[in-house]
Amino acid sequence: MGRALGVLIWLLTIGSVWLFVNGRWWLPPYISEHGPAYDRQFLITIIVVGISFVAAQVGLGIAVWRYGSRGDRRERAVYSHGNNRLEIVWTAITALIFITLGLMGQRVWAQLHLNEAPAGATKVHVVAQQFQWNFHYPGADKTFGRTDPALVKDAELNFVGLDEQDANAKDDQVVTTLAVPVGRPIELTLQSKDVTHDLFVPELRYKQDVVPGMAIKMHFTLTKEGRFELACAELCGQLHYKMKSYLIALPANVYDELVALPQAQFQGRITQLIKEYPMGIKQGAATTAAR
Amino acid sequence: MEEATTPIEPTAAAAATQAEAAEAGHPAAAGAHEPHGHHSPPTGFIRKYIFSIDHKVIGIQYLLLAITAAFIGMFMSVLMRLNLTWPGHKWTILETLFPLGAPGGVMTPEFYLSLVTMHGTIMVFFVLTTAPQGGFGNYFLPIQVGAEDMAFPVLNMLSFWVTLVGLVVLISAIFVEGSTILGNTDFVNNFLGGGGTGTLGPIGGWTGYPPLSALGKIAGPGQGAGATLWITSIAIFCIASLLGALNFITTLLNMRTRGMSLMRMPLTCWSWFTTAILALLAFPVLLAAGVLLLLDRHAGTSFFIPGGLVFSDAVLPNKGGSPILWQHLFWFFGHPEVYIAILPGMGATSHILSTFARKPVFGYRAMVFAMFAIGLLGFFVWGHHMFISGMDPRTSIAFSVLTLSIGVPSAIKTFNWLGTLWGAKIRFTVPMMFAIGFVSLFVAGGITGLVLGQTSLDLFIHDGYFVLAHFHLVMGVAAIFGMFAGVYFWFPKMFGRMMSERLGQLHFWPTFIGVYGIFVPMHIMGIVGMPRRYASFQEYDFLRPLDPLVMLVTIAAIVTAAAQFIFLFNFIWSMFKGERASGNPWEATTLEWVTPTTPPPHDNFGGHLPTVYRGPYEFAVPDAPEDYVLQTTPDAAAGNVAAHAAGQGVQGSSGNGHNGQH
Amino acid sequence: MSTHAHAAEPLVADDWNGGTFPYHIGHKKLGMWLFIVSDALTFSAMLIGYSYVRVSSDAWPTPFAFRPSIIFSTVMTLCLLASSFTMVMAVAASARRDRRRARRWIGATMLGGLTFLALHIYEWLHLINDYGLKPFTLPAAWLERWPQASPLFGATFFAITGLHMFHVLTGVLYLGYIALRIRRKTHEDVEISGLYWHFVDLVWMFVFPLIYLLSVDFHPTGH
Ligand code: HEA
Ligand code: HEA
Ligand code: CUA
Ligand SMILES: [Cu+2]
Repeated sequence: MGRALGVLIWLLTIGSVWLFVNGRWWLPPYISEHGPAYDRQFLITIIVVGISFVAAQVGLGIAVWRYGSRGDRRERAVYSHGNNRLEIVWTAITALIFITLGLMGQRVWAQLHLNEAPAGATKVHVVAQQFQWNFHYPGADKTFGRTDPALVKDAELNFVGLDEQDANAKDDQVVTTLAVPVGRPIELTLQSKDVTHDLFVPELRYKQDVVPGMAIKMHFTLTKEGRFELACAELCGQLHYKMKSYLIALPANVYDELVALPQAQFQGRITQLIKEYPMGIKQGAATTAAR
Repeated sequence: MEEATTPIEPTAAAAATQAEAAEAGHPAAAGAHEPHGHHSPPTGFIRKYIFSIDHKVIGIQYLLLAITAAFIGMFMSVLMRLNLTWPGHKWTILETLFPLGAPGGVMTPEFYLSLVTMHGTIMVFFVLTTAPQGGFGNYFLPIQVGAEDMAFPVLNMLSFWVTLVGLVVLISAIFVEGSTILGNTDFVNNFLGGGGTGTLGPIGGWTGYPPLSALGKIAGPGQGAGATLWITSIAIFCIASLLGALNFITTLLNMRTRGMSLMRMPLTCWSWFTTAILALLAFPVLLAAGVLLLLDRHAGTSFFIPGGLVFSDAVLPNKGGSPILWQHLFWFFGHPEVYIAILPGMGATSHILSTFARKPVFGYRAMVFAMFAIGLLGFFVWGHHMFISGMDPRTSIAFSVLTLSIGVPSAIKTFNWLGTLWGAKIRFTVPMMFAIGFVSLFVAGGITGLVLGQTSLDLFIHDGYFVLAHFHLVMGVAAIFGMFAGVYFWFPKMFGRMMSERLGQLHFWPTFIGVYGIFVPMHIMGIVGMPRRYASFQEYDFLRPLDPLVMLVTIAAIVTAAAQFIFLFNFIWSMFKGERASGNPWEATTLEWVTPTTPPPHDNFGGHLPTVYRGPYEFAVPDAPEDYVLQTTPDAAAGNVAAHAAGQGVQGSSGNGHNGQH
Repeated sequence: MSTHAHAAEPLVADDWNGGTFPYHIGHKKLGMWLFIVSDALTFSAMLIGYSYVRVSSDAWPTPFAFRPSIIFSTVMTLCLLASSFTMVMAVAASARRDRRRARRWIGATMLGGLTFLALHIYEWLHLINDYGLKPFTLPAAWLERWPQASPLFGATFFAITGLHMFHVLTGVLYLGYIALRIRRKTHEDVEISGLYWHFVDLVWMFVFPLIYLLSVDFHPTGH
């Protein structure tokens, strides 16, 4: 029995490891500047953790393989209550490894969260609602028009409650797709009209809750052109699983042309871009090298 | 009284103490040898089995409640898998069962989400917070410390019944939301917020984040009566757990029999003790949060509801609240709660590993300290569930580093389990198999906590299937394996009969393989980016490559779930038909195995409280007549043990280092 | 104890070796202490929640004028303080086995508690009826004075003081029960009820500054 269990533990370990290393499934390709650093930290962590996992399982397997009772009533196990020196050694080693890992694991975070977006970053306001994403662009004047929850009229497509009277609002555009330029820092301001949502683009390596009552800022820089699925990753109700949109990463000049368009043509252009950009990283496009 | 070497000074206070102790039947005051009034067994079915104040009956009641809840939760999980794997498939049987939730046999998304919520809630609260602590703890803590009962038997009975009320309230959500007739009665409409929306309860997840959970009907189906009943149930559950925790701590501190110093307690007792402390400190916070949420829902306050919310173009009047506040309160409870779920399993595992390894626990003292370290650190890491929530990113860093350091005591425990097995003479009984399984699964699940705990990495894997994989491995199965080990191990003592070894093996193998099959692939889904709480994965192209894994998981889940019926059958069958058990079938050392009868008599020790002479795990003592020495064996009778082990721990010698090499 | 002479008799006069009460207190008292710990956490959660929303609000009304509100609540505080004192006397009397006196002092304590309750309810009604404060909205006049003030003022005020009031009420009932049956109760029972009462008092010593003194109106606009 002991041997069978030992072998089973090893087989399960091999199977588990295989799922991770077979190359068929892994993180989606990255498109942002912090992507490579993220992927590196992820890989290092998985390796460290994987080694501990395998070591522990192999050890467990060896123990059950080797130390089975033979059913002889005279036999005695080793009489030991432990070993203080061993305890100290393994405590110190694990503490060292885990805390190092922990400190390394703050780098990407600190880079994204402890810094403000650089001045002149491209700004877009994100307004989430059950079950739709709205993206509010400031238009040619680069100034956002006033918004007010009281002015929201979904039927008239005023999803964000834009104040038409406000001079700054005249050239603002609101669409349900996020189009942003590659190679420039981007700052999104996230707001929600109703419940908590979460903006998630796998390729972006970023999740951020969109909390009602707060205006949360996130910033990043894209390095690859293409079109990517944008999902909601915080339970927001019945159709949470359908709250989908796209992130279109455009060359800077295309983006500049886009945001110069008035609202009337804006939507049409976005539809066109969605067609132009098949899903994924745009092949053959010049990508801004990420360091 | 004379013979007890109690140092209580004869002051008025002490006199009162002793009078009081006499009331509770404590040996210190009343002497260990007289039977006491209220400890004569009750007669009559109702007093004996239903409203019993005997901790053993209450323990079994908790266990049965947990098993029932576990099967309900498991059934729900299988339904969830069906929906995820074959979206849109018509299951005629479902239409019969849930005409509103699965019209035409196809589950609605809200029905799916209510399954998720109820599955999570039932499993976390009514399975993992009942059986390990309320079930085994209740039954065995008093016996293992040599007491006649819990300190507060009536309170104990109340805890159970309040828990049951909590479960009934939770389950009633299924009917109130699932039936248009019940769901539209005046009572439901006026007091509960309206039901009959065809769900099984709320759709907000077991974490119930507001504002989704605070707004009632307008937030979606199931958020009316379903959510009210859900939060009420949890508040009730909190009260029951508080009563239980108070009782456990008092019993353990005050009712240990002579010679049972803290460092001679079995590790199970330590784990129940730590768990009770965590429960005592964590549940009141959830209770407060739950009350505030109820006020938001029904008294018009807005603790968790910020201003300017817009539903169907109308601005809600609420203003000033903070959704993040709920998350802080919830997770301040929630993280300790996950340790409440696992610690008793760790205790049982240590206990069982040592017993069947026929070897003392390796590093007993380190085990105790590690347990307390986990408990203590557990109160300072709640923020790791909230990295992405929008709270101050600097706080996240502090939480993150603390989170990784909590892996250290966990690793210490793992190493000590391996150390216990090293050089052992393992007897591969079914409880031992599950205990070994526990170690394997705990490592598999715990280790990914180190991935989730890094702020940077959480940026991608938060709220995805990687998290699901992590917590199902530790909580969904390691902790459950601890319970299985406990059931197989203690069943002979509880029911006087052995469980079938063969059926037990038949249960173990598919379950062990099955749970790896269910939960390891979920890591991969998380790495590809699959978000949790999705009623369907059909909307996203990037999830397409995962289809084969989704199918694999579902098949594994169905097989595993089916295997649980072997357990159920074995449990019920053995209760009546199992082979009769001797008093100490496993040749174990602790006090539950020295009771005069099996199952133990009403007062556990037949009026003679045992005296304890040594630590709990004296196996393989050189020169002792047997390979195990009972805690109650006086030194003279134990051969040469005294030289090796007498009073291990009492004098403060750790016992570590005797025979350190192996 | 020494390491050698014990082998045959490990039963030693160490409080922690079992067979005795390590803290020299019985189950009920220990249970009460534990209850107090957990209840303290419930209140902490409430008070921390209150501080959290208060700090994160744009504005918070500070409506309690020194006269009459603060004077009034100070009187309430004194009532509770006095009742703690009488409770100490009750416990002392009970320690001397003087049950009659103990009962009287408990009666006095209850009186203090009841006065507190009466004043508190009067104050609630005053706020609700005369000012128009509701758990979910602020009076219009307040909103004029403190524009953008958070409506959570009422919610936190009523929730926290209400929870405390509930504790005072159960405390009074509990003391009443002890007083009624004092002949059949031990000294420890009296002590335990005292513990609870002092705890309820102590909680007020947090509620009073946090809820009242932090909301003092220093420039009342006449009333
Ligand atoms: C029993 C339950 C349980 C346990 C024990 C744990 C243990 C841990 N958990 Fe887990 N966790 C949950 C239940 C549990 N968790 C649940 C339910 C959720 C999700 C809630 C929800 O959102 O619904 C969650 C979510 C969760 C998150 C949030 C993820 C997110 O939402 O983004 C994080 C992040 O830090 C985390 C971390 C940890 C850590 C660091 C531990 C550590 O304690 C783990 C420590 C263990 C080890 C480190 C393994 C030890 C062994 C070794 C190290 C062997 C080494 C051997 C050799 C080298 C030979 N957990
Ligand atoms: C104890 C906790 C526990 C357990 C055992 C399980 C068991 C299972 N869980 Fe569950 N699950 C949760 C806790 C648990 N889960 C939680 C907290 C969530 C999150 C909810 C949320 O998002 O809000 C969740 C969510 C969750 C999801 C995610 C849904 C989503 O996000 O969309 C899925 C998906 O497949 C799933 C599947 C399963 C399966 C297939 C099983 C099982 O079927 C595996 C097979 C079952 C067993 C091996 C156990 C059988 C146990 C017994 C029979 C007990 C016997 C009793 C005694 C010994 C006393 N679970
Ligand atoms: Cu929006 Cu989920
Ligand atoms: Cu946690």
